[in-house]
Formats: sequence, C-alpha cells, structure tokens
Amino acid sequence: MFDLQSQDYVRRSASTMTPPMARSHEEQVAKLIDVSRCIGCKACQAACMEWNDLRPEIGHFEGSYQNPDDLGPSVWTLMKFAEYENEQGNLEWLIRKDGCMHCEDPGCLKACPSPGAIVQYANGIVDFISDKCIGCGYCVKGCPFDIPRISKQDHKSYKCTLCSDRVSVGLEPACVKACPTGAIMFGSKADMKQWAGERIEDLKSRGFENAGLYDPAAVGGTHVMYVLHHADKPSLYSGLPDKPEISPVVRGWKGIIKPLALIGIALAALGGFFHWITEGPNEVTDEDEAEGERVLRESETEKTP
Amino acid sequence: MTNTWQDIKNANVVIVMGGNAAEAHPCGFKWVIEAKIENGAKLVVVDPRFTRTASVADYYAPIRPGTDIAFLSGVMHYLLEKDAIQHEYVRAYTNASLIVKDGFGFQDGLFSGYNEETHAYDKSSWDYELDEQGFAMSDDTWQNPRCVINLLKQHVSRYTPEMVSRICGTPQDKFLHVCELIASTAAPDKAMTSLFALGWTQHSVGAQNIRSMAMVQLLLGNIGVAGGGMNALRGHSNIQGLTDVGLLSNQMPGYMNLPLDKEIDLDTYMKTKLFKPLRPGQTSYWQNYRKFFVSFQKSMFGDAATQDNNWAFDWLPKLDVPLYDIIRAFEMMNNGQMTGYICQGFNPLQAFPDRGKIRRGLSKLKFLVTMDPLDTETSRFWQDFGPQNPAKSAEIQTEVFQLPVTCFAEENGSLVNSARWLQWHWKAAEGPGVARSDIWIMSGIFHRLRELYRKEGGAFPDPLLNVTWKYTDPVSPDPEELAKEMNGRALADLVDPATNTVATKAGTLLDGFAQLRDDGTTASGCWIFAGCFTEKGNQMARRDATDPREQGIAPNWAWAWPANRRILYNRASADPDGKPWNPAKPVITWNGTRWVGIDVPDYGPTVKPSDGVGPFIMNAEGMGRLFARDLMAEGPFPEHYEPLESPVENVLHPKVQNNPAARVFADDRAAFGSPDKFPYVATTYRLTEHFHYWTKHALINAILQPEEFIEIGEVLAKEKGIEQGGWVKVSSKRGEVVCKAYVTKRIKPMMVDGKPTHVIGCPIHWGFTGQARKGYGANTLTPSVGDANTQTPEFKAFLVNVEKTHAPVAA
Repeated sequence: MFDLQSQDYVRRSASTMTPPMARSHEEQVAKLIDVSRCIGCKACQAACMEWNDLRPEIGHFEGSYQNPDDLGPSVWTLMKFAEYENEQGNLEWLIRKDGCMHCEDPGCLKACPSPGAIVQYANGIVDFISDKCIGCGYCVKGCPFDIPRISKQDHKSYKCTLCSDRVSVGLEPACVKACPTGAIMFGSKADMKQWAGERIEDLKSRGFENAGLYDPAAVGGTHVMYVLHHADKPSLYSGLPDKPEISPVVRGWKGIIKPLALIGIALAALGGFFHWITEGPNEVTDEDEAEGERVLRESETEKTP
Repeated sequence: MTNTWQDIKNANVVIVMGGNAAEAHPCGFKWVIEAKIENGAKLVVVDPRFTRTASVADYYAPIRPGTDIAFLSGVMHYLLEKDAIQHEYVRAYTNASLIVKDGFGFQDGLFSGYNEETHAYDKSSWDYELDEQGFAMSDDTWQNPRCVINLLKQHVSRYTPEMVSRICGTPQDKFLHVCELIASTAAPDKAMTSLFALGWTQHSVGAQNIRSMAMVQLLLGNIGVAGGGMNALRGHSNIQGLTDVGLLSNQMPGYMNLPLDKEIDLDTYMKTKLFKPLRPGQTSYWQNYRKFFVSFQKSMFGDAATQDNNWAFDWLPKLDVPLYDIIRAFEMMNNGQMTGYICQGFNPLQAFPDRGKIRRGLSKLKFLVTMDPLDTETSRFWQDFGPQNPAKSAEIQTEVFQLPVTCFAEENGSLVNSARWLQWHWKAAEGPGVARSDIWIMSGIFHRLRELYRKEGGAFPDPLLNVTWKYTDPVSPDPEELAKEMNGRALADLVDPATNTVATKAGTLLDGFAQLRDDGTTASGCWIFAGCFTEKGNQMARRDATDPREQGIAPNWAWAWPANRRILYNRASADPDGKPWNPAKPVITWNGTRWVGIDVPDYGPTVKPSDGVGPFIMNAEGMGRLFARDLMAEGPFPEHYEPLESPVENVLHPKVQNNPAARVFADDRAAFGSPDKFPYVATTYRLTEHFHYWTKHALINAILQPEEFIEIGEVLAKEKGIEQGGWVKVSSKRGEVVCKAYVTKRIKPMMVDGKPTHVIGCPIHWGFTGQARKGYGANTLTPSVGDANTQTPEFKAFLVNVEKTHAPVAA
C-alpha cells in the first residue's frame, strides 16, 4: 500500500531487472508473536483497523470468539482461537494472531504476473502496491499461508503491510504498540530470534518440551515469527501450516514452466507467422460471424439471473 | 487493592479466582505476564470456565459457580492440617491467639444469636473475652481451645478434600494441586497475590468470598508484603473513587457511616465509633473518627456547622433501613413508594437484575432523568424495540428527561484507580452537541431546588439552605476547586501543641489527615484524600515514574490514598524486629531510629518494633482478623451457603440452604426458579472486546464482538441437539433470552455430589441501543437478590433452562 521509491526494493514481482537495492544496509526486521503470552484480547485487531482506517462490516456470531469470521480486504489481522485437548486430557486454548508472514521468499511475489505489484523492501517487508495490482488472484494461489484477499469493490489484493509506513519512519507496527501483554514484539530479526530463545527456554521449564520458534525454512524464513508451545505441531494453532511451501505450480512457473511457456508462446507466434506466409491471412466467413454472435448472446443471457 | 498493579510482578504465585483478569483487565494483566517471565511466577486459575486468563495459566481447576467459600475453607483446612502457615506472622500479626467469648458458637449452619423472624443475627456473642481493663484476652501458646486459631481449625475441619470436591465439583487431585501451589508461599520470602473482581462480589455471599481468601493470605503471611495482598480489580475507571467518596447509600466520604435514625444525636452516633483499643498500646486509628466527621461537616455546611448545633448533625439524612441499595430502590418503584429517579451515569435496565422488574419499575415513575454521554437502554425503556424491549409506549406515563453529559476526556478531573491512585486528567476535547458536565447539571438542580425552598418553604429546608457553596463560579464549580475542598484546609491558625507555635495558618491547604481537628478549625470533604492537593500543588497531576528499587513503587507518580501509601499494612512486610521477611523485596525496614524504605510506612514512622504495636493500625486490636467479630452480616467465619438458586441441597446443613442473613423481598423470592424446571447453573460475565454496555456504541468494538451469544459445553449441547452457532432459548423463572450458542470444550460438566452439573455462560454486553446487533441482555435472566452485607446482586450463580430454537422474529 505504501509506494516507496524503487531503490528500497530488493525484490519486485514480474521484473527481470535487478533493483538498485540502495538500502540493503538496513537490518532485516521481524515481528515476533509469542502465543504463550497472548490473551486473545484483539487489541491488535483494533489497532490495525484504526491505523489503516479499515472498518469491515458488523458481522454475526459464528461459533467462536473469532470476529470478523475471516481475513478480508479490510481485515488484515485476525485472532484465531483453537480449543485443544492435550495428551493428558487437559484443555489448552491456543490463540493465534493470523496475518501475513512476510516470507523471505514470498510465494505471492513469485506468483504475481504484474510488474511491481508486489515488492519486498530491504528490511524484509513484503508489500502490495495497489495501483499496479491487476486483481488476478495469483498471489492468493502463491501464498502458503492463505493470506491475501481480493476486494470485490476494486478487484485488488490486500493484506497486512507490517505497517511499512510506520516502520519506514522508525515506528513499530500498530499491533505491536497496542499489545498489552508484550506478546507481539518488533525489532531486528536477530534480536527477535534471541528473545524467542529465552522464551522457549522458559516454556520448556514449564513443561512444554516441544516449545520452539516458527520461522519456516521452506519459505526462506519469515519476518513474522511465532513462539509456539507446540512447535512440533503448528497446525494445532488454527491450521498454521506444519510445512508451508509455495505451491509447486507457482514454484514451477518461475522455475521450469515459465521458460517453457515462453518458448511455447514463441513457437506459437512462429507457427502463426509461417501459416500466414504459406497459407495467407485467415478470413472471417459468414458462418463464423453468426456463430460468434450466438455465443455472445448466450453468455449475456447467462449473466441475467 | 492493598497493593498496586505494578507490584503484581513481585509475586511468586498469582491466583486468579473470582475474576478473569486477562479478559476484563488486559492492560493490567501485563504485570502478571511480567511476574511469570521476570519472577518465574506460577499463574493459577480457578474458574467455572476455561477463560482467557486460563489460556496463559500454569494450572487451571474448575469450580461450580457460588462455591468459592467451600473451596477456600478447604484450602485453610489444608494449610492448617499440613502446618503450611507462616507461624511467626500468624502469631504476631493476626488475632489467632485471642480468646473468643464463651457464648459464641456454630451449629447446623448457624452461628449463635440467629433470629429466624428477622433473618438477622444478634452479634453480641461474636467477640473476644475481655479482661477487667477491657482488653481482649490472649493465649500465645494456643493451648486454650477458645483461641481464634483453634476455633478456626474446628470450623474448617469439615472442608476435607472429599467435601470440597463434593460441593465444588473440582476433582480432588486438582484441588490438592492448587493447595500445594498456594502453600508454597507460606515461606517468609515467598508471596502470592490474589486478583479478584465481580466473580467474588456478585454473590449472596460475596463479601465472605473475599474474606475467605484474605484469611488464607493472613495464614500465609502474604498481606502487607511485596507481591502479596488482596487485589480487587475494579471494573470502572473510577468505581474506587465512587466508594471512596461514599456514593453508597449508607456511607459518607472516607468510609464513614451515615447515621441511623435511632442515632438521634451526635453523642449517640459517636458511641459506636469510639474504637477504643482492644489490646494494650494499639493505635486503633479510627479513634480519630470524630475529627474526620467534624471536618466533613465543616466542608459541607461551613460556618453553619458549629459546636452548638452538634456540627449540623441533624441536617444529615438518617437511615431507617440498613441501606437504600438499588435492589431496594427498584422494589420501591414497583411498589409506588419511589416515583422520581435521577439516574446519573448508570444504565440499570442493562446493569441490574431481573430486567422485567426494572422495566416495570421505570414504567411506574412520574419522572426519570438520565444523565449520560450515551443513548442508554434506560433512557429508552419506554420505546418498543421488538422482542429485545417489548415496551408498550402508550401505556407508560413516565416523563423522561434525557440529558447528554460530557465524558471523562471532555473535562478536567481525577479518577481513582484500583491501586487507590488519584490520577488527574486533562480535558482533551469539547463535548459534542449540547452535552454539559455533570457538575453543571447538578449545580443547576441544586440552585433551583434551593430557590424553591426559599420561596415556598418546605418540610425540612435546613440542609439545602445551609449547604455552603462558595465557589468562584457557583454555576459550574471548577474541578480543581472541588479537589481542594476534598483535600481540606485550615479554617483557623492551627497550633502545634508540642511547640505551642502556629504550624498551619488559617486558609492553608492541609498536607494530610493528621492535621484534622474535631473543634471546627479544619474542613475536609473526604479525609482519606487529605494530601492530594496541597500548598505544593496538585499532587494527583504528578507524572514522575521513577521507581527507586524497580519494585513497582513510584512515589511521585500521581498520589495514592491514604497519605501516598502504595502498599497497605506494609509494616507487616517486616518481621516483629523490623527486618524484611523477604530481604530481596523489602518495603519498609526499621533502621534503629525510624522506618525507612520505598513506601510511606503504614505505621508510626518512629514507633519502635519493641513497642509491640500491631501492623493493622485501623483495627482496634492492631491485628489481622481471622475472626471478624461483629463486622459481617452472616458470621465471623465464612461458611458455605448455596446460591439462592442452586441445583443441589447444601450438604453441610440441609436446613440452612442459603445465606441466612440475605435480604429477599417477597416478590423476588416468588421469582426464584427450582432445579426441576431450571436444571442448569448459569453465570454472567464480561468479554475483552466490550466495556459493559458502552462500547457496543463504538463501531470497532461492535465489529469485534457483534452479537449476543451464550456458552454451553459440548456434552449438554449434544444432549439438547444444539449446534455450533445455532439459536437457543435460555430461560429463567424471570425471563428468556434468544441468542446464538457457542458450543465449547471450555465448559465441562462437573460432578457435584455425584451428579453431573452443567454450566451456561452468559456474556452481558448486548442491548437495544448502539451499533452492535440487538440483544436481550443477560440481566433478563438474573435473580434480584444481593450480598447480605453490600446488596451487590447475585449475577454469578443462578438457574436456567436451555432449549434449541430458531431466530427471534423481528417486530
């Protein structure tokens, strides 16, 4: 949402040119969400709505404290509540703040076909640049965490910006500032990992043997990390992916398929050229014209309920 | 709170029982997290539901609503049986050794002196055996069976782990594990803090719930120390201030009592307020009562209060009943005894029990004046909002005046927080529209009433005509001027008897309540606030966060009553010789000549430890009370009584099922349901996303919790065919609520006396005004009965039925 100058970028969607990366001396940042001290109060959600001036519709009760019921173009962060009965038969209420993970290797950016619609800054934040977004939804497919949502109003994709506008002027994200229990921390990725280490030690001393940091390597690590009591089973936390990975199709698109497809397109063009040379241009017959009009008419009728 | 929010971080064990601190006090809860992370504290939660607090707890145990006294008496039994008490503390600082009168006894659920007809006790036997000088007799060896400690042991001996489990539904192993964690803080250098709120107060035995834990804390030596204490987390930003300035109907500012009608003159009134020490050499600070009282009368009536007219004693209202609480007020409206109502900053149609009775009461009034920043349900009680407020406007004759007022951010003033800090705040914006301050409105009403009395006379015009009103702007007195009046000032030159010189000049603002006199030479609107606004300026406006020991005491941040003291009873943080029990977290220490430390001593600053003055200086015996003497309505020891609506018989004494001292009006008794028709236990509570009935008017809060629901366990939901998020009808004898169901694992059936008992949770926030979706309000269901001491309504334990249904039909 916040278009900085291109010297800030380290990655840019659908672009072959290497960004200038003038700010690569900047430290990589990270938000650390310590779910073991989160009380699910939703101050982060309220702060997100206030800072970004978003007001989703007043919904309904949907069978959980989770409200609104899903992420959306105007819901960039959402508390999710999971009731889990552990092996001892004791209840745990696992509350997790969901939102963009700001992957080091962002699947959305990889998938995006619109040049410059998704960028990554030197500090690691992944941002959507709305005026370049074409609303194709590839970022949704590319995201291993099911985060971006397309607006029905303007057909553009939206998600958490990690308050790139605040961070760029030396402030912490709004959710971090609002969190009353210090469950959301923000700083350099190195500092956050160190702090997470201390927290994990404390959790282990309280009987959570599998406590650990969620910073999945399959996406190159993330700039939003979690301290989990059960790092061996992330999916307990309302479906946080155990092994997040960028969909093979998207990965393939940038890897093998995209060059192959480009060759395919080139071959088709070449074929067309030779067809024109050898057979002359295609001509529209009267039958073709009538058939075309019939198809158009039918598609119009289908749209009318 | 005896301690402060910040001080919670010093605890070794944090117990949240009778409250849900993470849910209702998320900002203050940071100090619990701090205790866990920085002090290795264990967080223990005892609650009928697995709450947001429980989600970050080290240990959780379930409990049936309304059985906390049984649980805590079981804890006391455990501590005494295992000898896990702080012996030196208990001997020196509590009344464990004092000997109780022979006439005192307890049998079959009743203490001595019960009168079946009046539902009240003659409490004369609830006291100590006195010697010929009038001092309580004592046996420090605890050999005498009439020692408080021995009577207590005997009293709680019935609360075995089996009995606790049978009454509370808490599995024995869980109960015993909680006991173990609590007992770990009997060590002199360990502390437990008790955080509680309405989960304890809103019961017919509310005050005794809190007393039970206070006794546990005394046995463990956890009162007065850093990281300890009894910490009531107040539910409104200024509800502490409300009680401090005596807005309860039976009180005056500074916890003085309004006279009863039988106290026909000042001498009679003062007879019960002499507070003669009950042990040799004790402070018994309430001996100064007369100074506080006379100074208050001088602030009210100025020159008109004189020695000759007994300081205007006759102009005070006199109570013909123990108190005119809100339950009584609505009873009187329904009976036609109260026909006018000025409702200031209050929304009883949402906030008080038995909504139907509240609506009927309001409908019988001649006039209702509401003063509120919001469009409250009470202001609109007469309007038809469909099933959520099915009023028949044409049949209601009440004339309603809805006066919009400014809110706290639109005026200067002070708020008193849970930790007793008076914090000044400054106006941030103008009020919207025609909103006016409460002060402006009340002043206007006062002036017009007084004018009417002047012109037309009346039955008893004296109090109104004689009230002093010497403000710079009499139409809208300035908050600073009112604060100075609360603080008090010298009305004449005050001579220090020690030096025989003028210590305080006439007209000077007082530095503290020690300067108050009973000869009419001082005035103070609220003696405990003396020191908040002195000649040095507005102490409440101080904002220096320096915390010398980083122990959560910043003495120059705002101002705390009394005397800027941050931890009450802090003399008890040190042993009898004056050395801190916990050398790592000292509060005050005797340095050989005086008490020094990070807090203002709650004690004479130069009183030697060898003088043997007890640390509980407000009590006549100077000790913490394991035996409450005659101060509680239902007994000097807490006893388990079932809620007025309960699914089971009181297994301890079936003939005395409920609190025998509870006041129940006949029509309210008729509206109690029985378990055959209403088999499930319900309890009401708040959610983080909302503040009472206010924030449903705010869009973001409405988005975060949009719609009324109840919580129901999976087992009962399955039994009743109720689906997740489906519609249910919850009914009590008093009314019904149709809303969505949250089917959850967080509420499990409890085995109570061999029977599975189901709990239904009812969040309270939705009504028919504001931005959130319309709701019926949980108070549609709740019974109209209060705590026997305070009349705080029993919102936390009552009976309902629940059935699957369909969405309500819009009107």
